[in-house]
Amino acid sequence: MNTKIQYEPVIGLEVHVQLSTKSKLFCACSTQFGEAPNQNTCPVCMGWPGSLPVLNEEALKLAVRVGLALHCQVSEKIKFDRKNYFYPDLPKAYQISQYDMPVNKLGWVEIEIQNGKEIQKKKIGITRAHLEEDAGKLLHEGVKDGSLVDYNRAGTPLLEIVSEPEIYSPKEAYEYLKTLKMILEYLEVSDCNMEEGSLRCDANISVRPVGEMKLGTKTEIKNMNSFRAVERALNYEIGRQMEMAAQGEKILQETRLWDETSGQTFSMRSKEEAHDYRYFPEPDLVPFRIAREMMDSIQKALPELPAARAKRFQDDYQLSAYDASVLTQEKALANYFEACVKEGSDPKTACNWILSEVLALLNAKCISVKDSPVQPKDLLGMLRLIEDKTISGKIAKEILPLMFETMKSAADIVQSRGLTQVNDAQLLEDLADKIVQANPVLVEDYRAGKKKALAFFVGQIMKETKGKANPQLVNEILVKKLGG
Amino acid sequence: MEFEIEKIAQLSRLSLKPEELKKLRKDIESILGYIKTLGDLKTGDIEPTSHVLDLENVFRKDDVTRINIRDEVISRAPCVEGPFFKVPKVVDKE
Amino acid sequence: MEKQLYELTLKEAIDVAKAEGPWEIIRAVIDRTALLNPRLNAFVRFEPEHFLKKSRKSEDFKGVLSGAPLSVKDNICIHGCETTCASKILRGHVPPYDATVIRKLGDAGAFFLGQCNMDEFAFGSSCETSAYGAVKNPWDIERVPGGSSGGSAVAVAADMTIAALGSDTGGSIRQPAALCGVVGLKPTYGRVSRYGLIAFGSSFDQIGPITKTVEDSAILMNLISGFDPHDSTSVNQTVPDYTKALARNVKGLRIGLPKEYFVEGIDPEVETKVREAANVLKQLGAQIKTISLPHTAYAVAVYYIVAVAEASSNLGRFDGVQYGLRAPGKNLLEMYFETRNQGFGEEAKRRILLGNFVLSAGYYEAYYRKGQKVRTLIRKDFEEAFKEVDLILTPTSPTPAFKINEKISDPLAMYLSDIFTIPANLVGIPAMSLPCGFTEKGLPIGVQLMAKPFDEEGIFRAAFALEQEIRIYKRKPKL
Repeated sequence: MNTKIQYEPVIGLEVHVQLSTKSKLFCACSTQFGEAPNQNTCPVCMGWPGSLPVLNEEALKLAVRVGLALHCQVSEKIKFDRKNYFYPDLPKAYQISQYDMPVNKLGWVEIEIQNGKEIQKKKIGITRAHLEEDAGKLLHEGVKDGSLVDYNRAGTPLLEIVSEPEIYSPKEAYEYLKTLKMILEYLEVSDCNMEEGSLRCDANISVRPVGEMKLGTKTEIKNMNSFRAVERALNYEIGRQMEMAAQGEKILQETRLWDETSGQTFSMRSKEEAHDYRYFPEPDLVPFRIAREMMDSIQKALPELPAARAKRFQDDYQLSAYDASVLTQEKALANYFEACVKEGSDPKTACNWILSEVLALLNAKCISVKDSPVQPKDLLGMLRLIEDKTISGKIAKEILPLMFETMKSAADIVQSRGLTQVNDAQLLEDLADKIVQANPVLVEDYRAGKKKALAFFVGQIMKETKGKANPQLVNEILVKKLGG
Repeated sequence: MEFEIEKIAQLSRLSLKPEELKKLRKDIESILGYIKTLGDLKTGDIEPTSHVLDLENVFRKDDVTRINIRDEVISRAPCVEGPFFKVPKVVDKE
Repeated sequence: MEKQLYELTLKEAIDVAKAEGPWEIIRAVIDRTALLNPRLNAFVRFEPEHFLKKSRKSEDFKGVLSGAPLSVKDNICIHGCETTCASKILRGHVPPYDATVIRKLGDAGAFFLGQCNMDEFAFGSSCETSAYGAVKNPWDIERVPGGSSGGSAVAVAADMTIAALGSDTGGSIRQPAALCGVVGLKPTYGRVSRYGLIAFGSSFDQIGPITKTVEDSAILMNLISGFDPHDSTSVNQTVPDYTKALARNVKGLRIGLPKEYFVEGIDPEVETKVREAANVLKQLGAQIKTISLPHTAYAVAVYYIVAVAEASSNLGRFDGVQYGLRAPGKNLLEMYFETRNQGFGEEAKRRILLGNFVLSAGYYEAYYRKGQKVRTLIRKDFEEAFKEVDLILTPTSPTPAFKINEKISDPLAMYLSDIFTIPANLVGIPAMSLPCGFTEKGLPIGVQLMAKPFDEEGIFRAAFALEQEIRIYKRKPKL
């Protein structure tokens, strides 16, 4: 019995996403991020004795919107429950959440996994997506003997999206999160900003021998501040658990914190009892019935989601699966592309320019697509200049950064800098003659079969015309002259 | 007896002195004994009552109202630092 | 002998204040309270100066009440005024907002005198658990006034206020009203906003008036009832003019006497007086019949599961972070434990432990959920009963006021003294206690009237007829 047991990881993810309502879940305080500490508060979200919650209708609608987009069963009747525990960021010592009658149950998200050249699709089940209130924030950094409490965030509406334990690798976890975020952004229900905490993720992870159906003891990992951190933390934790399993050590059910700097997870050692949240129905809120009409109107208002849009881009614009998928990863980018096409651009050309040059410039300057200084009509203006041979593609690549910087149109830049393409055949022929005569050796080489020599002649003409010569025309002329 | 007072006291964030513990355990056990009479009733398919009213769907509109109570409550809080409430160290990090 | 100004009913005080301004009445009540409070301990804070400063010029005292002086139980939040639920843990807790009832009464021209003593967090039936010391019954100061709104009931009974507000979770308005010989109404759940009432059992709590007369009760109900957008459990239903129900006409009214409420353990004098009250109503034209509420015996058990579970959760927030008591601690846990251990009294601890137990993993089904199911059975009893009758008449309390310290060491015996008042809270129906006589020793006895949800008018109709017929509200304690 020397064969080593092979282990596989099983991962479930809990994503908390702040819903972008104007006011909080149970009171009229603003949800604005970044205000002065404890400024966005009132007796309700601070949990003052005697205060009572009243549900924000918009938050429920947004929750249903997400549920429908994630193919969930949206419950006809829902209720809220109290989850009781003590912590200074939880002002009532209970969180109003949903226990056994959540808004959304049993949905799925389809993810794509790149496997070499192939793209594999996989459905990850969603156990539930329920509404709850966010807690305040505790600050420890730089505080002497204690922690500081800021309740601005307390009461912000959260949707907790719980996946089935059907994720079998950190890579899948990463793709799941990416896809989920993409869907949430398309739905315009949240900023999904991990830095500001409007999207957060905890992971449950266990390992089991391959072939075993029963789940192993899981740990919960918290404090991962990016999707890459989730991937790294999972990789670390899988390694740790597999090693322990291989050594025959017992894995403890516990919460562990990811430490980005050291790249390790650490046990949150505490003397506390195992959690017993003592859930019970929230008596201060009545039950809610989600009427068929409300559900229908939300369903009708659902936008086209990324997967459907990518499929349409392939069908309507003959884009490759890869291009379509990259273009639709961000709603604004897909909109940008479609605006160009609607204005009359050739889809493939627009796609190439956007995915290479435009994105590179935006990324370099850290500008979002929406705020791009070069709008679709500006890009289209440039593409038109290429089409009518006013400029070459090479010149266009030089112009585009100038357009980003100056916010001037391509035509203006071409004119002010004298960058119009040289299409004058006579002028180019004269130039070609001159260069051919000056380089007899290379001409012989070319005629002897070293076709690469052509590049030299093209380069020379480009140099003479400061890159403005129509490259196609130059090619034609040279081939004629050299071959003669 | 099923009532483990030490565990429940921990859950309730109460640290009871031994004599307090003894008395409260005795009282609660007697109350629980009384409550046991409910076991006489068959309640299998009875719907539980969480609310006595048949109200549903009481909402508020997503409108923001700013009511500034921060300075008032901070000025009276037991322990603060600037505009924050302050609490003792949450965990002893190891 | 001419009536003293502090003896005025609310109706009379309003008439006087409208004609001559409220100041003479306010002064009379202040003097009376200064004299009596050291003996009775009805107020935990008597600070009319606070309200004089805060409010208000004479023109603020217009409206229906015209400056008539009122008092509230120490669990109803008043902006800027310490509110403690008679607990050490809330010493120094100053609400940054007004309860809806305070705002409504303020708008109607109320003058608030101060805050009335109570059982700590409304946990009790005797006002002995207050951190400010026990309240004394004005009819016999060796006896309890009942609870938990004992301070409010005593203040009204002893003419230390013109009228008061209490809160009722299992009888906390009605039982002290009965033991002190005044009128106490627990409205239908959802009739009066709970916003600003420091919660005990959220699905049971209601604020209600404690007054000298049935008419005063109707006047206050007109002012405090109605939908509140800040309370999801307040009902959006038109509020009738309750004073219109005060016609002395009970002809055809069907009144039920549940046989389960007239059983062994009930004081014979109490039973006699309550049956006499039923007879008076019969002579006035009401039909009296015996009915059955078969699950009555289980009400106290259900209450001490469900209400106490809600309470344990509601009291979690008293953790020393934002307001009230904070005991020092080396770390957070120590601070929590120390604060709560020092801040809560014994009865509060008992209920917190019991409540957390019935909700804890492994016991939820057997206790909490079982309790909720039996609550349904008790509701069905009442639904059935109200098919046959318009009102249900019972004793408010099985006994008159008991001696201080008599029951305090036996929590279960104390809990059972609420056996007749708890069902109305479990079911959410309106219920009133009004005086119907005295024992030989001169202790007041209360009769309870319960009605269908939102039929406070039915109660007012019968209660007013009974009160006007027996006219015992004129009898005052000798102080």
